[in-house]
Amino acid sequence: MDVFNYTLKRILQMIPVFLIVTVLIFLLIRAIPGDPAMVMLGEKATPESLAALREKLGLNESYIKQFFLYFKGIVTFDLGDSIKFNTPVSTLIFSRVGTTICLTIMSTFFTVIFSFIPGYIAGINKDKIPDQIVRLIALIGLSVPSFWIGLVLLIIFAVNIKIFPVAGWGNTPWEHFVGLILPSITQAIAVSAVLIRNLRNNVVDIKNSDYVDFARSKGISPLRISTHHIIRNALIPTTTLLSLKLIAMFGGSIVIENVFNLPGIGNLLVNSIYARDYAVVQGIVVMFVVVVMVINLLTDIIYSILDPRVKLS
Amino acid sequence: MTEKIKKKKNINISLLIGIIIVGITVILAAFPSLFTTFDPEAIDAKSMLAPPSMLHLFGTDNYGRDIFSRVIYSTRIDLFIGVGAMIVPFFIGTAVGIISGYYGGKVDAFLMRILDIFMAFPYMVLAIAIVAITGAGVKALFISMWLVGWKEYTRLVRSEVLVVKNSEYVEAAKVLGYSDLRVIMRSIIPNVLSSAIVYGASDIVMCMMSGAAMSYLGLGVQAPTPEWGAIISGGKAFFTVAWWITVFPGIFLVITGLGFSLIGDGLSDMLRQKGR
Repeated sequence: MDVFNYTLKRILQMIPVFLIVTVLIFLLIRAIPGDPAMVMLGEKATPESLAALREKLGLNESYIKQFFLYFKGIVTFDLGDSIKFNTPVSTLIFSRVGTTICLTIMSTFFTVIFSFIPGYIAGINKDKIPDQIVRLIALIGLSVPSFWIGLVLLIIFAVNIKIFPVAGWGNTPWEHFVGLILPSITQAIAVSAVLIRNLRNNVVDIKNSDYVDFARSKGISPLRISTHHIIRNALIPTTTLLSLKLIAMFGGSIVIENVFNLPGIGNLLVNSIYARDYAVVQGIVVMFVVVVMVINLLTDIIYSILDPRVKLS
Repeated sequence: MTEKIKKKKNINISLLIGIIIVGITVILAAFPSLFTTFDPEAIDAKSMLAPPSMLHLFGTDNYGRDIFSRVIYSTRIDLFIGVGAMIVPFFIGTAVGIISGYYGGKVDAFLMRILDIFMAFPYMVLAIAIVAITGAGVKALFISMWLVGWKEYTRLVRSEVLVVKNSEYVEAAKVLGYSDLRVIMRSIIPNVLSSAIVYGASDIVMCMMSGAAMSYLGLGVQAPTPEWGAIISGGKAFFTVAWWITVFPGIFLVITGLGFSLIGDGLSDMLRQKGR
């Protein structure tokens, strides 16, 4: 019941934030210097096409009216039309979002494997050889840029050993799956190092805590201490961090999709910036913002369920 | 006793190696011309896409430019981006986190809503939106990193403050009637700062990565200015035939990042020992 009330309260809190963010995005796009219609059409501009585009974008209206049209568009998922593709932005987003979601899910899977197991092993064996090795790897991992490790993996596993495709993700579900393996591993490498270090330090702290000593002196089995006392408590901050990293991954897809030439949202966003296709940029930014807000909400709820010390208020 | 001595040695080693690595990169950044004779922007049509050799240690790119020289000359701008993008959010974010966590209530609610607004923008998305306004370049990089970077410190520090706030020693300090400022300075900050510092060290690295990533996408540092991400970006079209353009700048990024991470680790160990 507490959780339900808390969730409801958080959703109500999200509404003003969402409103402010939409205003910011509206202003952001309006802040582009010069005439947006001119900028978007570039060299192809003729007086007629400029007038037509201005009319279509509603640039002849007052800012207030423009904002209401734009806000109505967001709520009804009518995000305008892409200049480059000549299709509604919402259609464009729907056709691309699947790739990014699949990439994020697979990346999360690899991230959990790459970070939780080594992080726990290192923490339990503090200062012993496994800890030293894991710490060194994590330390190096912190400074490996995702786009670079992606290209290096491509050079090794697509150019020299031809196991994976050099670019794209094919046409069949199986090809999609194979095509996403390297990008997901890349993404996971980029975020795992932080999580490994975080989990390791949590495990070390908790292993030395009074309640673990107490549990041990009560004669509780080491296995039960690991699962009930150490892992559960160590995972609380790490889970918060993982969800922050989920957002980073979603944002990271912008780079990863560029490296591996995947037809996802991130790639669409970058190409839309190059093409000055601002309706698409605006639509994707709004979409990212909604996704991030939902993830943040879920994080807080999970955090409060996991950690009884945090009061729901 | 022996364990204590051993531990002290370890700290000095990681800190020492970190300082040495960062020191070397600072020297490279300050005096790049001491280490290479090639002009990083000089085009040489006779030696395009040449593999690594004694003449061109890291090979050349599609314009015949010496990659070694370009990588060395990049150090300055990459260091500048990393440190410059980290320092401002570190102070702002930590301060906001302490105020928010310590005072709680309406102050916390208000600051958290502001944080929510910034939380809603992933770094890359905001950076790209800012690039749309200001145009690609270093200015857009800094604006977006400052706007985005502080919130991670705030969240980390705030969650630590929430736990420390309920500890006996803070309660005791309050019962003794110490002012909020004194409690924050004496009891809160020493106990929550270490996580912000540890994060800050990796944040320098992350800022360097983000800057390089933006340049890789063609939205940050612009060609022909040598910058690690931009060099890798230039190499992407040729990675199937000329791996060296992609690989070497990345190795420099990794080593420089490792240097900062080691310093951060050493410092955090020292802080921890002091605290105990």
